[in-house]
Amino acid sequence: MAHISASVYTSHVPAIGAAIDLGKTGEAYWQPLFKGYETSRQWMRDNQPDVIFLVYNDHATAFSLEMIPTFAIGTAADFQPADEGWGPRPVPKVIGHPELASHIAQSVIQDDFDLTIVNKMDVDHGLTVPLSLMCGQPQAWPCPVIPFAVNVVQYPVPSGRRCFELGKAIGRAIASFDTPLNVQIWGTGGMSHQLQGPRAGLINKEFDNMFLDRLIADPAGLAQLPHIDYLRDAGSEGIELVMWLVARGAMADIAGGGKPHVAHRFYHVPASNTAVGHLILENQR
Amino acid sequence: MALEKLYLDVPGTTIFDAEQSRKGYHLNQFCMSLMKADNRVRFKADERAYLDEWPMTEEQKQAVLARDLNRCIAAGGNIYFLAKIGATDGKSFQQMAGSMTGMTEDEYRAMMLAGGRSAQGNRFVGEDGDAQADRQPQGKAGQKGAN
Repeated sequence: MAHISASVYTSHVPAIGAAIDLGKTGEAYWQPLFKGYETSRQWMRDNQPDVIFLVYNDHATAFSLEMIPTFAIGTAADFQPADEGWGPRPVPKVIGHPELASHIAQSVIQDDFDLTIVNKMDVDHGLTVPLSLMCGQPQAWPCPVIPFAVNVVQYPVPSGRRCFELGKAIGRAIASFDTPLNVQIWGTGGMSHQLQGPRAGLINKEFDNMFLDRLIADPAGLAQLPHIDYLRDAGSEGIELVMWLVARGAMADIAGGGKPHVAHRFYHVPASNTAVGHLILENQR
Repeated sequence: MALEKLYLDVPGTTIFDAEQSRKGYHLNQFCMSLMKADNRVRFKADERAYLDEWPMTEEQKQAVLARDLNRCIAAGGNIYFLAKIGATDGKSFQQMAGSMTGMTEDEYRAMMLAGGRSAQGNRFVGEDGDAQADRQPQGKAGQKGAN
């Protein structure tokens, strides 16, 4: 049977991708941020999964206002890095895992979550920046990736509670896949940031660290946090953090297993307009 | 019974909900068209003519021509769509976000390096934070525009 070995949480700021692509990671502005991910890249080499289930959001790239799926799972064989207006990022094509993705879609829909199934889609920085942060600049990504896009562009986005419940359903789906695969689930986006209006530039270290603490120790309680609290405390784009709850809901302790081990925790301000948060949680072996 | 919209009293913030999305549909779809290199070239060659191909309101077109992102958002624009205009102009996301505060690029960058804007006083309309309406514009860029 397939199993989830660990979950990874990280911001996916586009400027981080640009810094990597343009060779700026050694600059004084970026150096502290990339230092925080050195441990993560080593951890990734030591704990290479067979598949990554990557929860992210599309930023008006694959989905315009023509169609706005709340939850979309990528079941294609591969996904091209998108041209978001600056030209496509020079990163490898993303190889999917159609068999596991289709299995998860079937299981999760039967578990009452109405997923949109996507067989053709380009993936933007929301998906490729976390891969770059964790894997560096390889010729090919280390394993197949299942993209899972959550709408956080047009309000209302799904609640934290629903994202957490969805994570549980994804955990059950992976556990019922007949091939023995080592799967990691990643939740991306956030942390506090606001990109619009006179309140642009909002950062809230207290909120972000509260979120990290509770994501580790009290995820079910954290999932009850209403949207309005994210908006007021973490900025209008800080609401991306609900996606972290999908990944957390799929961890073993939520289904009655042991507490996860905190392999790494990192926090840094700023990356462009955004607070960067990062966690690696391992399930007990 | 009307829908409850708790988010209407967050200062300096427009939530892109179904109502804004309906209002801004053609503005945002125009922005999406700029993801194609050919369209970016055509837009830059004659912005007004390109905008006139879209069933946008005159206010939306004027807001785009002025590159006034606050006006674009008030007219139904969403920042992830509007970012395509910035990309066409060669602007970074930090330059775009900063442009909505009335600060110069240097002022906004310095605020972010110092830890960003505090949420203190900026959670509810009527508090005393720097994002409140009575404290706009916040920097030299906005003051220059007022002269």
